[in-house]
Parts: sequence; C-alpha cells; structure tokens
Amino acid sequence: MSSTPVSSLHLAVALDGTGWHPASWREQVARPRDLFTAGYWADLVAEAERGLLDFVTFEDGLGLQSSHYGEPDGRTDQVRGRLDAVLTASRVAPLTRHIGLVPTVIATHTEPFHISKAIATLDHVSTGRAGLRVQISARPYEADHFGRRRFPPISLEELRTPAGQERLTGLFDEAADHVEVVRRLWDSWEDDAEIRDAATGRFIDRDKLHYIDFQGKHFSVKGPSITPRPPQGQPVVTALAHQIVPYRLVARQADVGYVTPHDAGQARAIVAEIRAEQEAAGRAGELLHVFGDLVVFLDDDRAAAEDRRARLDALAGEPYDSDARVFTGTSSQLADLLQELAGEGLSGFRLRPAVAGHDLPAITRGLVPELQRRGAFRTAYEADTLRGLLGLTRPANRYATA
Amino acid sequence: MSKPLKQIHLAAHFPGVNNTTVWSDPQAGSHIEFSSFAHFARTAERAKFDFLFLAEGLRLREQGGQIYDLDVVGRPDTFTVLAALAAVTEHLGLTGTINSTFNEPYEVARQFASLDHLSGGRSAWNVVTSWDAFTGENFRRGGFLPQEERYSRAKEFLATANELFDSWHGDEIAADQAAGVFLRDAKAGSFVHAGQHFDIHGQFNVPRSPQGRPVVFQAGDSEEGREFAASSADAIFSRYASLEEGRAFYTDVKNRLAKYGRSHRDLLILPAATFVLGDTDTEAEELAREVRRQQVSGATALKHLEFVWNRDLSAYDPEGPLPDIDPDVGDEHISQGRAQVRMYRDPLATVRAWRELAAAHDWSIRDLVINTGNRQTFVGSPATVARTINDFVQADVSDGFILVPHITPGGLDPFADKVVPLLQEQGVFRTEYEGTTLRDHLGLAHPDDVRGERVAS
Repeated sequence: MSSTPVSSLHLAVALDGTGWHPASWREQVARPRDLFTAGYWADLVAEAERGLLDFVTFEDGLGLQSSHYGEPDGRTDQVRGRLDAVLTASRVAPLTRHIGLVPTVIATHTEPFHISKAIATLDHVSTGRAGLRVQISARPYEADHFGRRRFPPISLEELRTPAGQERLTGLFDEAADHVEVVRRLWDSWEDDAEIRDAATGRFIDRDKLHYIDFQGKHFSVKGPSITPRPPQGQPVVTALAHQIVPYRLVARQADVGYVTPHDAGQARAIVAEIRAEQEAAGRAGELLHVFGDLVVFLDDDRAAAEDRRARLDALAGEPYDSDARVFTGTSSQLADLLQELAGEGLSGFRLRPAVAGHDLPAITRGLVPELQRRGAFRTAYEADTLRGLLGLTRPANRYATA
Repeated sequence: MSKPLKQIHLAAHFPGVNNTTVWSDPQAGSHIEFSSFAHFARTAERAKFDFLFLAEGLRLREQGGQIYDLDVVGRPDTFTVLAALAAVTEHLGLTGTINSTFNEPYEVARQFASLDHLSGGRSAWNVVTSWDAFTGENFRRGGFLPQEERYSRAKEFLATANELFDSWHGDEIAADQAAGVFLRDAKAGSFVHAGQHFDIHGQFNVPRSPQGRPVVFQAGDSEEGREFAASSADAIFSRYASLEEGRAFYTDVKNRLAKYGRSHRDLLILPAATFVLGDTDTEAEELAREVRRQQVSGATALKHLEFVWNRDLSAYDPEGPLPDIDPDVGDEHISQGRAQVRMYRDPLATVRAWRELAAAHDWSIRDLVINTGNRQTFVGSPATVARTINDFVQADVSDGFILVPHITPGGLDPFADKVVPLLQEQGVFRTEYEGTTLRDHLGLAHPDDVRGERVAS
C-alpha cells in the first residue's frame, strides 16, 4: 500500500486543447497557435508533474469538436482539430518521470488488439505510467468517418429517451467487451515468458503465452498480443460516467471512474450506486477509485475568478455549461470543497482547467500547496508507477498457473 | 561523360522479430524496452542517417500449430514507439510499417498526421497488406482478402488517406484571439470518398502537418506491387541488394515512373542490407561465418527445412544428414504468419538441389542451412564496406540502403563510428542535416510543391 496518509487525496488534471471553456483559447496565456506542436503538450504535462499530480488525461475524438452532440456545428470561433491522444501521451513520456499518462481511446470504432498493444507500449515507454480512458461514441458523423456501420441521427435529449438508452447500453456493452479484450491481451504473455535459453535455442517459453479466444457480439479476438506484458501488468483503466449504464462499465472494468456530482448529497448517492454495481460485478474486495470531475476557475479571490468566467462567457456569447460542476474561487475554497466531497466517498478528483495556461498552474502552485498544508496531498512522488501512485498493487496474471 | 556522384541515403532497421537477429549474443539487449529503441535511434541520428525503420507483424508466427519460439518473439506498437522516439531525436526520420488490411483510413491518417506534427515533419509510412485469415483472427474485420483484392484495397486505402491528409490545406487555422476567429473555413477537413472498399465522408480532424503527407514506402515485389510503388510511393523497401539483381530491379521500377508523370528522383530504391565489419576483410569473413552459425542453431535449421518439406521434422538430428522422406506438397502450410513460406515455390526441385549440394560437400542439415542461406550483404573492413556501398549506389543498384544490424541495440554503433566517416570523406554522405523534415533528407518535394508544378506545366 502507499505510504501517503489515508486522508490524502488523489489529483488528476484533464487536458483538452487550451482548456475546457470554449473561449479559453482567446486568453493571453492560451498559446492557440502551438496546439498542434509537441512542445505545447510537453509544457502542460511538465507543469502537472511539478505539482506532483497522479496523472493527466488527454481528451480525444474521431471527429471535429462540436457544441452539438449529434452533428458538426460548423463553428469557427472555437478550437477545432486535435492530435491523437495516445501518440501525444507517448511523445511526452520520455520527457517526464513520475506522472501517469492516460489518453482517451474510443472503443466504438477502434480495434481492441491495436489499443491493447498501444497502451502496453505506452507503459513500456513510460516504464509503468500508462493508463487509458475508455469512451464510446454514438455520434452518427463519427461513424460516417469509418463507414462500417451507420448510426441514426441523435441529440443529447434523444439519448435520454428509452430508445436512446437502449443504444447507449449497446455501445457501453461493446466498450466493456473492448476493455475485456484489451485486459486479456495484456495478460496473454506471462511476465517471465522471455527465457533466451541458448541451450535449446528457444527465445520464449511458449507455454507462458496464451490465446485469449474472446468471442463477443461485435468481435472475436484470438491473441496472444504481439507485445509482452506491460511493466504494470495491467495499466490503469478509467472511464467517465454520468448514470447507471456507464456506472456499470466502471464497476465491471475500471480502476478509476470519473463522476460528476454537483453537491455532497449527489456524491454520496453516486458512490453508493457504483459500490452496489461493483459488488454485483463480483469485485467487492477490489480497490476501485471514484474521482469527482470539476471544471475549475482558480484565482486569488473569488471575485477575480467570477469576473474571468464572465469575461470568457461574454467572448463565447453564452454562459458556459458543463456536465461537471463548475467551481469558481480560491485554492483554499476549492480545497474545502474537495475535502467535503471526499467525505462522501470520493478518493480523488479530476480537475478540468477552464483555461489550461492559467488554471493548471493555479492548481499546481496554489491548490497543491494548500492541500499539502492540510496534510491531504503528497509532498513527493512515493512510487514509480501509476498503479503505485494510486495504491493499486501489481495484479497477478489471470493465465499464470503458479 | 562523368555523372556527378549520387548522394547516398542510409537508414536503420531496428533488429527485432527477424531471423537475422542474434538474441543469444551476450551483447544482445531488450527488443521491447524503450531504452533499446532510444539507443538505436540516437546512434542513427549521430551518424546523420535519413531515418529509422520499424517492421510490424500483427500475429505471432506459428509453425506446426505452435507459436514459433526460436527467433525473437514480440514487439511494441509501431506508432507509440515512433512518437516517443520523436522526443529523443531532432532530425531522424521515423518510418513505421502499418497494415492496410486491418486498419481504417480515418484512424491511420490521424495517427500519421499526428506523428508528423509531433515530430516536426519526420514521419513515413511503409504501406503493407496482409493476405491471411490467420492474422485476421485478431481483428474485428476478421477474414482475409483474395490475392487480387489485396492491392486494390491497399491502393484505395492509400488514396483515401491522401484525400484525408489533403483535406486541410495548411492555411485554415487563424487563431486570431482578438477577432475570435480560430478557423478561417468552417468546412476545413471536408472529404467524401465512395469506393469499392471505403465509403466514408465527413471532416478530418487533424490540421495539415509539416510534411503535408507522410513519406510513403512500399515493400511488395510483385508486378502489382511495382506498379503501386511507381504510381504512388516515395520510396521502395526492396530486397535486391546484390549487384545484378539490384540493378535489374532498379531499372525496371524507375522505368515505370514516366507513365505516371514522375521522374527518377521521385521514387527512391532502398534495399534492406545486412553487414559484418572486421579490422580486415579476412577477419570480417570469419566473423560473418560465426554470425551465420549464431543465426542458425540446430533447432532453427530443422524449422527452416520444415518450410520446404512442409512436415514435422523434429525427430531428425540437425547435425546429421538430410531427411530421406519427400516433402508434403499439399495446400495446407505448416508455417503461418510469415512471408518466408513463399520463397520456395517448387519444394520438390529445392529438395533435389539441396540433396545434391549436401552430398557434394558432406553437409549436415545445419551446414546446409548455414551455407545456402543469405550471406550478409556487406562483409569486410570499414574501407571495403564503404567502397562497396558507394560503388553499388553509383552503379544504380539502389539509392542507398536500409541497414539491418544483427545485434540490438548496439549493432549499428560500429557502422556509425567506422563506415559513415569514410563515406563522408568521399563526399557521398551528409556531414550535417541540411533540412528539418524527412522529405528534406530524402530530397523529396513537399506534396503542395508537386501539385503546384503540375498545375503550372
């Protein structure tokens, strides 16, 4: 187990373009022209590592960003376009030493075989700091980029109807199969499969490589992986979840679930739902982190944060709305809120900086020292792997017969 | 009529899953850990090489229904390693082999465009196709393609990816903070492709990368493969590194370019080449024989014979005589997941020839495999190897070579230290990088310039 105190929180930051507010790119600090360069991402992750954060996530998508769920919006006044998240994470891995790197992968349109070896390789490249954030896409225009299946038009409102829920359930079930395949492939090589036995001429002990023989509704995968078991054994699997269908994915397959409570009562209720699903999935004894997601505007006083938010809203032409609670205030006020929510069973938080260039340094240089003063955050990295930072042990291989 | 000397292009193939890699040598390191890749890449960059090359195989090879365990087994994901290598190098090109059968154009185009951005314009794509249902068992798509559809899918895959790369022109991002205009064009990245293999439309979400498109390599050797390369590739990863075969291939492929409106400079021929260096030519010859013995263990020799006999030969002694039974010429092949099985198209004739050779020289099974296998391409002192490489390039065997060392990760170091300086002294290899992108290193035009010229002419 980790040596940090029990009251200690875990902190992650969600990186997306110039920040989560759609007008964030217009701030002086935003560097919108650098978005498609390695240096931009390296600087953000270095800042997060300076603040001793557990990990960063990288958003991704298989189509242009849009303010409408189901269709492109044709807007030109917001950031559009992005680099592949796995490659971005890998590009910064050799430049960092401790922080976890968690790119988004879209289960709906990708091959689990490719994703498994990509994340295993990110884990090799970062010597044990890789994870993934699994996401589904019900967007018809993203399906059209692949042409393998057509999705009917859908809006966010329609997704909430029974028909919409049925579609979501199908996509989340497919995502659960995807993660199952990814995880089995990570275990398809035992740790000591490479033997280099000159006497018999054998490079591997093939009894320690395993077919995974997965048969599912959407795909079948034979295995084994072409990539040996990653340093962490199982890199960290994470998912964002807003309601019962995705809570089930978190309960079945994730190590960290991100949830979006707007107050302490909601936090308590969501944690209870996930714990019940976790028990139903037969994982009652396992460590499963539930992190709260919050959008943050952090300044030296609340009025400054609120002014900044109002200024950005005016530039955007509409008030900013989010699935997650939007916090505006000081480091001390945010620390109070995080500790209050932690009291309801959240073990950490994934903070979404409203403006990456402003709110990320405010987290690392303001919030982190405040939490450290309260004995609620690490003062040095205590482990070499992301699992280690999260207090997750290195799991046994499901195929090993010791 | 002396021509100006051609400048040589050199690249480094990471030694991994390959029957030339010697993993049993005490100096042999990991084929998986990033430190091996970083060492190899830094050596190549120190030597001013054009690029590093990664191969790929999407299913572990099998023989006789079991995973083949005598060569190196296992490799990391190509894109992920190349992106990380971009962080530890500044100039070196990064070439990845990516399959067009078990991927989709939108995703692969995103990955190459992203790699090109993240490396400042150093990405290249070796486009390969798969032919087998065996590999398909690892993928959603499953199944396999009939021989005649392999190239039609590959061609359409590449053409579609090019449409995606070209869907952004490079001037769309205004990022005008004061005016609030991020994109100049709401339709940036728009594409429609309706073809036999792909029916897709929408908007590509990675802006134009520094090279416009990655440099494209092609490796197939069939008639279709050569036409595909002549029409659409920037370079060929070929297997003809000997004087006669190399010149024949070079002439054949370069002569196909004109009908596609391309010049000889638009397509580079870069064969794979192995090498063994010694202080003297004699010492190098001895070392080369020793390396061949390391590459072909007794167990490896028996497995190699099984490609031809197409049956289990595990009961035979590799130090003893050749099997007296006949090969199985049925349709089912004992070996799966490797290209090598197609080398022996007439097993009965091969067996007849091998029996005659073995009888004449009194060779055991292992002796036969060692002696009939491919000799290293370049064997000799640094001066001999440098001279031979230069002679071959000036004689149009190739435009350079993709070197495949047999030791990971240090196998390239002696070449970098001893051969490269000699080539530089002869004025046929760069002493400093002159440009920043892989297109610059290879002397290839940016696709926008090419299109501009075509419009003008």
